[in-house]
Amino acid sequence: MTFLRQAGVIARKDLRIEIRGRHAVGAMVPFAATILIAFGFAFGPGREVLARVAPGLLWMALLFSAVMASRRAYQVETEDGALEGLLLAPIDKATVFVGKTTAIAIELLVLTVAILVLVVLLFDLALADLGPVVLAFALGVVGLAAVGSLFGVVAEYARTREAIFPLLVLPLVTPVLIAGVRATDLATSGRAGEAASWLGLLAAFDVVFVSTGVLVFGYVMED
Amino acid sequence: MEVAERTFGKAVSHAGERTLGVLTLVALGVSAVLSLEIAPADAVQGDVQRLMYVHVPSAWLAYLAFFVVFIASIAYLRTKKTRWDRLAAASAELGVLFTSLAIALGMLWGKPVWGTWWTWDPRLTTTAVLLLIYVGYLAVRRISDNPGRRARWSAVVGIVGFIDVPIVHLSVVWWRSLHQGPTFFRLGGPQIEGTMLLALLVGVAAFTLTYAYLMTVRLRVGRLEERAAREALSPWAGGEP
Repeated sequence: MTFLRQAGVIARKDLRIEIRGRHAVGAMVPFAATILIAFGFAFGPGREVLARVAPGLLWMALLFSAVMASRRAYQVETEDGALEGLLLAPIDKATVFVGKTTAIAIELLVLTVAILVLVVLLFDLALADLGPVVLAFALGVVGLAAVGSLFGVVAEYARTREAIFPLLVLPLVTPVLIAGVRATDLATSGRAGEAASWLGLLAAFDVVFVSTGVLVFGYVMED
Repeated sequence: MEVAERTFGKAVSHAGERTLGVLTLVALGVSAVLSLEIAPADAVQGDVQRLMYVHVPSAWLAYLAFFVVFIASIAYLRTKKTRWDRLAAASAELGVLFTSLAIALGMLWGKPVWGTWWTWDPRLTTTAVLLLIYVGYLAVRRISDNPGRRARWSAVVGIVGFIDVPIVHLSVVWWRSLHQGPTFFRLGGPQIEGTMLLALLVGVAAFTLTYAYLMTVRLRVGRLEERAAREALSPWAGGEP
């Protein structure tokens, strides 16, 4: 119980920073919108093609945003020696992982709403079966956040080598991308019933990466 | 764990390394003769099918090497002995080398047989993602100058990356099944001709010996690198007092 409460405190702290800094509104949503519009130029203007690739574009925008959000979650810690304070706190390191993962997942979920609205408006995505789509994103952001918060601190140290963090994260989250796109695709083309196995895969990814993260995060943050 | 530590952890003597090198060369020679001369040309594909005798062993080594990275990474985090980190690093480098080789040879083979350099076949796709994950692993090894931190971070990547592989493979298999599968030439099928099988097995053995030999060399270089770094940091850097 203490574990979850401590993780909750860290998650709330991170979310408060984001809300007060208005990073989500000021940078993340415009960033996602820019990606979507660029995709529109790349695949448009034929409405049929755009509607068909829309599920993929949605998840690509989310994927890039997840990379940004995970970076951001540790960037704020390096200012004023905040990370040292966090490491010196008498708590299990795994609570930091769970807290950060929760905060990133919530941020991404909020961002997803904005991306979804944009995709529906710009690309004519038919959101007939909302249930499986919502479930796919809810499960997907947890996996993305878990991988991101596990390696976000590595990204902070690699600031002079910007490409390393996405190189590390993007191949690892291949299953999230595939399963998320498939589930969204099926749910928006009237075959929601077939999405179940993909949702199961997303859930399995979450379980594997959250539990692995809890086990190994202490080693990432040892000093 | 104890046996593995004795096998991999300790230095191989100079004579031992040379014997292994000679053995490897002989095995590669035998494998070349078997696969190019003795094994018959494939009835359908002709001589190009002989690529199997180098492609399959490379792919096998890719997975073996990354499995060694996985085990050595766990061992490092448990024991904090640098020899495990050196082992993981050496194996990851060879794994990236052989994965690239397997993909390149597969493409050379795919072009005449499938008519295309690349198909989104589950095994191909998984191997490509695998390669990217371990290229990322090697990149992480170059981030930090602090040897302890570098070892811990790369161990975490080595563990997480390997755990990810079956999930990636499953997702790609399901993904492919939604599309039309490629027209696949199943190699040999259930019955593969006797000398072909022999040539393949000798190829796998010869490549595994190559891996073992390159590992001993790389581990020796790793130890030397570490000693050089230690001496550069010592107060007598630039010559004994």
